[in-house]
Amino acid sequence: MPDATASVPLSAQLIHLAAAVMLLLSFAMLAQRRLVSLVNLFAAQGATLVGSTLVVAYSTGQHELYLSAAVTSIKVVLLPYVLHRLIRRLSLQWDTETLVNIPTTMLIGLGVVIFAFGLAQPLSELASTVTRSTLGIAMAVVLLSFLMMITRRKAISQVIGFLAMENGLFFAATSATYGMPMVVELGILLDVLVGAFIFGIFFFHIREQFESLELSHLESLKED
Amino acid sequence: MPPMIMNGLFTQLLGAIVAVSLAPLFLGWVNQCRAWLSNRSAPPLLQPYLVIRKLLHKDAVLAENASPLFRVVPYILFGAMVTAAAIIPSLGTALPFAVCADAIALVGLFATARVFIALAAMDIGTAFGSMGARREMMVGFLAEPALLMVVFTASLICGSTALPTIADTLAGRTLAIYPSLAFAGVAFLMVLLAENARIPIDNPATHLELTMIHEAMVLEYSARHLALIEWASALKLFNYACIGFALFLPWGLAHEDNPLALLWALPLLGLKLIAAGAGLALIETVSAKLRIFRAPEFLAMAFMLAVLGLLVRLLLGS
Amino acid sequence: MSGHPPLLTGALALACGWIGIGLLGLLRPHSVRYAGRVLFPLGALAGLALAAIAIVAIWQPVQSLVLPLGLPDLPIHLRLDPLSAFFLLLLGTVSAGVSLFSAGYFREGEGAAPGLLGLQYHVFLGSMALVLLADDAYGFMVAWETMALSSYFLVTTQHRIPEIRRAGFLYLLLAHLGAISILLCYGVLQGGSWQFTFDAMRHAQLAPAWASAAFGLAVLGFGAKAGLVPLHVWLPEAHPAAPSPVSALMSGVMLKTAIYGLLRVSLDLLHQPQWWWGAAVLALGLFSALFGVVFAAVQTDMKRLLAYSSIENIGIVCAGIGLTLLFHAFHMPALAGLSLAATLYHCLNHAFFKSLLFLATGSVLHATHERSLGKLGGLIRRMPWVAWLALIGTLAIAGLPPLNGFVSEWLLLQSFLFTPEIPQPFANMLVPLGAAALAHTAAVAGYVMVNFYGVIFLGQLREPQLAQAQDCGWLERIGLSWLAAGCVALGLVPVLVLRLLNQVNAHLLGDAALVHADGIWVLAPVSPQRASYVPVVFLLGAALVVVLAVWITKGVYHGRVRLSAPWDCGYPLQTPRMQDSAEGFGYPVRHIFEPFFRMKRELPSPFDAAPRYRVVVEDWTWYGLYLPVAGAVLKLAALVGLLQRGRIAVYLLYSFLTLVVLLVIVL
Repeated sequence: MPDATASVPLSAQLIHLAAAVMLLLSFAMLAQRRLVSLVNLFAAQGATLVGSTLVVAYSTGQHELYLSAAVTSIKVVLLPYVLHRLIRRLSLQWDTETLVNIPTTMLIGLGVVIFAFGLAQPLSELASTVTRSTLGIAMAVVLLSFLMMITRRKAISQVIGFLAMENGLFFAATSATYGMPMVVELGILLDVLVGAFIFGIFFFHIREQFESLELSHLESLKED
Repeated sequence: MPPMIMNGLFTQLLGAIVAVSLAPLFLGWVNQCRAWLSNRSAPPLLQPYLVIRKLLHKDAVLAENASPLFRVVPYILFGAMVTAAAIIPSLGTALPFAVCADAIALVGLFATARVFIALAAMDIGTAFGSMGARREMMVGFLAEPALLMVVFTASLICGSTALPTIADTLAGRTLAIYPSLAFAGVAFLMVLLAENARIPIDNPATHLELTMIHEAMVLEYSARHLALIEWASALKLFNYACIGFALFLPWGLAHEDNPLALLWALPLLGLKLIAAGAGLALIETVSAKLRIFRAPEFLAMAFMLAVLGLLVRLLLGS
Repeated sequence: MSGHPPLLTGALALACGWIGIGLLGLLRPHSVRYAGRVLFPLGALAGLALAAIAIVAIWQPVQSLVLPLGLPDLPIHLRLDPLSAFFLLLLGTVSAGVSLFSAGYFREGEGAAPGLLGLQYHVFLGSMALVLLADDAYGFMVAWETMALSSYFLVTTQHRIPEIRRAGFLYLLLAHLGAISILLCYGVLQGGSWQFTFDAMRHAQLAPAWASAAFGLAVLGFGAKAGLVPLHVWLPEAHPAAPSPVSALMSGVMLKTAIYGLLRVSLDLLHQPQWWWGAAVLALGLFSALFGVVFAAVQTDMKRLLAYSSIENIGIVCAGIGLTLLFHAFHMPALAGLSLAATLYHCLNHAFFKSLLFLATGSVLHATHERSLGKLGGLIRRMPWVAWLALIGTLAIAGLPPLNGFVSEWLLLQSFLFTPEIPQPFANMLVPLGAAALAHTAAVAGYVMVNFYGVIFLGQLREPQLAQAQDCGWLERIGLSWLAAGCVALGLVPVLVLRLLNQVNAHLLGDAALVHADGIWVLAPVSPQRASYVPVVFLLGAALVVVLAVWITKGVYHGRVRLSAPWDCGYPLQTPRMQDSAEGFGYPVRHIFEPFFRMKRELPSPFDAAPRYRVVVEDWTWYGLYLPVAGAVLKLAALVGLLQRGRIAVYLLYSFLTLVVLLVIVL
């Protein structure tokens, strides 16, 4: 068991590091109360993703991945900018979520990670790349973002969860299989962007209606 | 091999003496950095020594109902911290005494010290004492397993739970990135802050009744007893710093076969301590004291991170 | 070895001797002096002799004996192998201490007559020895049920109090549920041969599904006796009800017979475990451990606190068994050996420190007539012997070096560190979670024990009448000291114990399962590079520093001391009621682990003239599991009640119909 890591090439090590950082950031997002910090964490996650894509691109010599990295960097710059603006416009800077019992959420998160790894195990046996073990982490990131969406009450944090989920998917694509076809990637990105804008419009409407972005108010729409 | 053993004994003794004598200095350095960063004029660097000296010269005042347990605890506390210093490879990895106790035993030793000081705090039967004991034990039951998990991450990488072996293996490897160690590092930092009564959890500089932990426990101590406790706290901080160096910055320790390396291991340790002290002060300055019931959350995060590090180690193999 | 194997015969004689001593009690049932000066010391001697025999027997080959007793064609088989020898050793050493304590403990006017108590007590001891010696299902079940019944009578010593009767009933109920499950387990294990000797079961070939069924029944049956969650509900009721020496024996020794049974079935009678058995027991054990310790933290009755702590320790032991089975299933004998050694070591440790603490609570109870933690305090000044000896037990149970609790936890953590080598992805991911849960449990146990010790023995006297408390008598001191010495010795020379455990390992898991050790002092179970622990040198080193510190501070400076009132930040008014009570001390745990509890709180409003604060912490399992089951049983009974008509003619009709139906089926 001692030291097998040193024999792995540097690029793979870097990708492993990126994977770990992604996971760390996912957990940080799960535990973060303040919206502004949440957006920053999301931006950091995007940056990590860009970094790992660049490493993959450089080490495998697949030049289209550079393009992919460039496209991904939209999420590091543009989306956080939009979100920050939204937060300012809706004056939510000082809003905090009332989270129930962060440790419990984290514990569930741990279970999710184990589950994701167990699930990814047979899949990653099939993959041939050195970094295939990151597939489990990517899947965990997706599931953790999902968990985050479940535990949040505010609409904005749910959108961030949604976007983070997409980060996880991209990471799975680049690290485990060295990228998916460009068309698919662009398509997903476009979807996300459109989604984000539609959400933005929705926010204004929700707030006009209920004077707040608490999603619990939506429950009053139910007929009974 | 007598020279080898002599060498080991020398490293051992030197390490312990350096720890005992430098610990207050390190504390003074941290306090000085904190003062600078918050635009206050700093107390002298040697202030902790002066405090200890002053306390040692005074007459001890004991509560009337203090039991013998209360009187022996400062010595036990101090002894435990010096013993811990003898296990941790701060200067060299040739430590004969470290055979007696591995990292798990080290965590156990810290736990022993904690239990004793908490018992002593309850002994007089004042409201503050038992409150401090309760809070200290609360911090302990989250921080202690987190520390253990940090150690486990490193020992899974190295296949050993002996601290000198861990430090040796980590220092001797070709440079590689261990994400699991990054997780463990963050967790360790959080544990260090909590266990040494530093800012997000406790503030060593105040006696604010709503928030104090460590100070509440030692309220009834005075003179030589208090001096020993203060010294032990300084040693504890020093020990934690050295554990951090052994796990995350293991370079520059002297090996068994090379006693002369001690000559530059000592200044290197000094450099590491200066950097660590400044970093610690910076963290304390930029963070705010948490409400007491946010503390479990903070520590649970540390614990989770450490477990996550262990998981990452297993799953990524790195 | 046929004929008369001397050791086995000796052990049998001692077991029967215990029963005989009990019968002697009937000669003068009302004399406290007779029971205290003759019966219990004799019982302690028998315990020591049994321990001596066990130590010798652990090195000897297996001995067996067939007694021409019992039903026709069903002789009783006995067997003494290293596993039973180890548990006999535990029984003998611990019961010697408890018996000595009991000699000074039982007094006039506390429930049953002392002679009668002596009978029940010694029958209890004898039946436990017979459980460990039995080598066929019949003998085992007879001894097992005798054990359950005699302990039931001991629990209900003060049967005039309704709560104690209720606790006894609950205990008896769960004991019988467990016994039925064990009986069914043996039924499955005989595998169609209809031979109920353990030897036949060892050779029976079971289909994997049947083997799993037998294992599940064994976990259920022995788990009910050991107190695994959710079958633990009787422990916190029965322990406070029983006299303290009985609690000590039940918690220290009787729970271990259940562990013995589980080990006997899973490692000896069943050949090849499946890995998920191990995983299941591991998960169950860790959950029990966490559950037990969290509940222990919020108790306000000192014996209930210890009872929950027993659940925790049994959980740790079961986690060790689970790990052993896991390693064994993957054919890793060395690691299985390591975790089995840790498991058995923890059994022995728990027997010592838990008995010690229960006996200490007994002394406190006698001196103060108070079980509630909220009304004790400051007893270290009134009862120094009990307090200082209990301190050893407290530190040991908190898992602190260099005492014994630490050694077994150290071994168990070491074996957890090897789980990554298990070739099963889900199983090897159990490590971080398992090790984390174990470490967390151990740390919370430290919290609990500080609460226990601090509230009882430290601080100011919470009630004025505590000032009258007297320290315990000399026999009790000897009993307590014996157990405390055991805690220290087991902590300081683990290698000697490991040599005994190696015999058990070799017997159950084969010669590859030995745990290595260097010399007498160095505990290095795998290799010295990997990990080593030398408690004696460790203790000496620490003691040297402490002595130096004392010498330097007192010698170089001065040792002057002034006494004054406590400072307490200068607050002028302080009463003993202002110290943390057990509720107060447990508050952080109640707060952090809120979902574990079913809590009812009454908070006073700011305008209350006489504010009352009340919090009741209850167990979910009681409401989630037991009451629904009890409700269902009652409903079923009501249905059966419909049959009752009170007229002879109707009853005759039932018989007639039954006869007709039977005839139809048979013909």
